[in-house]
Amino acid sequence: MPVFDLNQAPLRELNRTLHGLRPDTNETHWTVTGPDGRHAIAAGLDAPVSVEIEGHVGYYCAGMNKQAQVIVHGNAGVGVAENMMSGFVHVQGDASQAAGATAHGGLLVIDGNAGARCGISMKGIDIVVKGSVGHMSAFMAQAGTLVVLGDAGEALGDSLYEARLYVRGTVRSLGADCIEKEMRPEHLAELTEKLAAAGLSGEVGAGEFRRYGSARTLYHFNVDNAGAY
Amino acid sequence: MSAPPRTRPRLSATFTPDVMSEIRRAAATGIYDIRGAGAKRKLPHFDDLLFLGASISRYPLEGYRERCDTQVVLGARHASKPIVLKTPVTIAGMSFGSLSAQAKEALGRGATLAGTSTTTGDGGMTAEERGHSQTLVYQYLPSRYGMNPDDLRRADAIEIVIGQGAKPGGGGMLLGQKINERVAGMRCLPPGIDQRSACRHPDWTGPDDLEIKIEELREITDWEKPIYVKVGASRPYYDTALAAKSGADVVVLDGMQGGTAATQDVFIENVGIPILAAIRPAVQALQDLGLHRTVQLVVSGGIRSGADVAKALALGADAVAIGTAALIALGDNDPALEAEYEALGTTAGAYDDWHEGNDPAGITTQRPELASRLDPVLGGRRLANYLAVMTLEAQTIARACGKSHLHNLEPEDLVALTIEAAAMAGVPLAGTSWVPGKGAGAAGF
Repeated sequence: MPVFDLNQAPLRELNRTLHGLRPDTNETHWTVTGPDGRHAIAAGLDAPVSVEIEGHVGYYCAGMNKQAQVIVHGNAGVGVAENMMSGFVHVQGDASQAAGATAHGGLLVIDGNAGARCGISMKGIDIVVKGSVGHMSAFMAQAGTLVVLGDAGEALGDSLYEARLYVRGTVRSLGADCIEKEMRPEHLAELTEKLAAAGLSGEVGAGEFRRYGSARTLYHFNVDNAGAY
Repeated sequence: MSAPPRTRPRLSATFTPDVMSEIRRAAATGIYDIRGAGAKRKLPHFDDLLFLGASISRYPLEGYRERCDTQVVLGARHASKPIVLKTPVTIAGMSFGSLSAQAKEALGRGATLAGTSTTTGDGGMTAEERGHSQTLVYQYLPSRYGMNPDDLRRADAIEIVIGQGAKPGGGGMLLGQKINERVAGMRCLPPGIDQRSACRHPDWTGPDDLEIKIEELREITDWEKPIYVKVGASRPYYDTALAAKSGADVVVLDGMQGGTAATQDVFIENVGIPILAAIRPAVQALQDLGLHRTVQLVVSGGIRSGADVAKALALGADAVAIGTAALIALGDNDPALEAEYEALGTTAGAYDDWHEGNDPAGITTQRPELASRLDPVLGGRRLANYLAVMTLEAQTIARACGKSHLHNLEPEDLVALTIEAAAMAGVPLAGTSWVPGKGAGAAGF
């Protein structure tokens, strides 16, 4: 179980080493110490390995992740798991802005709160936030699911495409073209599955959530909708 | 008895027939005009500059015997694998989606034959363009459509797009007619909807964040790839300085003549500045930072000939990019298609409804029956020919100015025909030693 101390060796060496891991590597569990808010820790991984980071991370931790499991024992800065393709990223503290931005796949779990624009432009990722999310979350979100156990800030789902949003608490306001939608059985099933993947089976029931999605009125430009922009 | 003389009917210089036509169109439809291409208004441009060939005070090079090199290296500042091009004329970013797969393939083929690079666009990287492009620059845009780490590593360079000359401050636009199943799949969008790209990047704001974003992209690609930053020309001194400060290897500066797939006409014609006005401030910014020639400057927006290339380089650019001119080389707006252009309500030379997807040349379309008209092999050959001519033309001018490399051209080789061009380019008005505005310093930009 390799341990990499970022106070002893540069970030570039850590990422290069992790990028060099082969799919059949037996070094499958890494520990990173001394992150001290450094940026781009464990960015660009593409191997079925687990990386545990002992402390707070800066911007873009686990950016563009594929396959890997990255666990942050602390808070995460801007853009954690941005553009993730697959794998699992778990922030045990709070996350800053743009968590999971533009990500295409995988699962991002944030135990605390997430800042503004959580899931902005998401393209297929599943995001589960156990706390609350800030304003403009899921802005222009295209695909995937955003599950919020707490509250959502202003303009949730503004200019939303096909992403599905589930919020248990209150929503301060909905963004342009985002509406509350009926929670049908298939949505309850989907949400139950996402909650289970986040380790919340038995703790939180899907029936406690409300569903939000796109009204699809802005999909084609119409001058009568100009006021919505 | 004849009628008394009358005042001859007089058309307004303010309310021209074009202006009145647009007012009537707006009143009838309630929507602004959307079109492709770049600014069509007359602007100060490279045509307003002339070279001072060698004579007694300068020594020319022999046209067919003495070398005039054209090679350019991009990205050696931080990247372990910089790009080496045979010619400083590159192909600008244009998306699959706005262009057909055949057009993207042709651009790749032509660029490869000429020994230069081509660039993806707001829609991701297609297998066709990667396969046919020896040197491919991968654009990193606000929308992040199709963005993935595998393509990032397959690319030869990464271009972070902050803006483009046709619409500095605006996001992309691709109307539903062109969002077919393949385009929609690459962008993770439902087919047939109007796609509105964001104008700001989703996970960074400002130059301090940009520096961290560049660091992340370098970490993901193990510091191998050159990283470009592309901006639309509006405040070129500060934008270039901030891009360089943020760690860019290359700054790409696009003037308002630069084309777009689709944007509001009012945006294209009224936002941004001509490339002629943007080059000197950008070069000054790099010089002030001690980074001119260390951070390369690529300029675009209305580059048409080897003369334009030579003038851009003489003003301090390291390379140029062409977009609209490359499409014309492939067959865009060809008079041979006049009957079909007329059927679309336009004429060859004026066709700019690239967003509608009905291009009879098979370039700005996703309709299979139209796209198949473009032969990518022949198109690539035509583009390569055109790039060769531009390079030869630039060499011809450089030799006449006594330069053994295109990069040795300098502002001293130029004069301007108009006061406006003299002020913008920072070169004397022809026949005088007067450079309007000289001495204004950086703040003057």
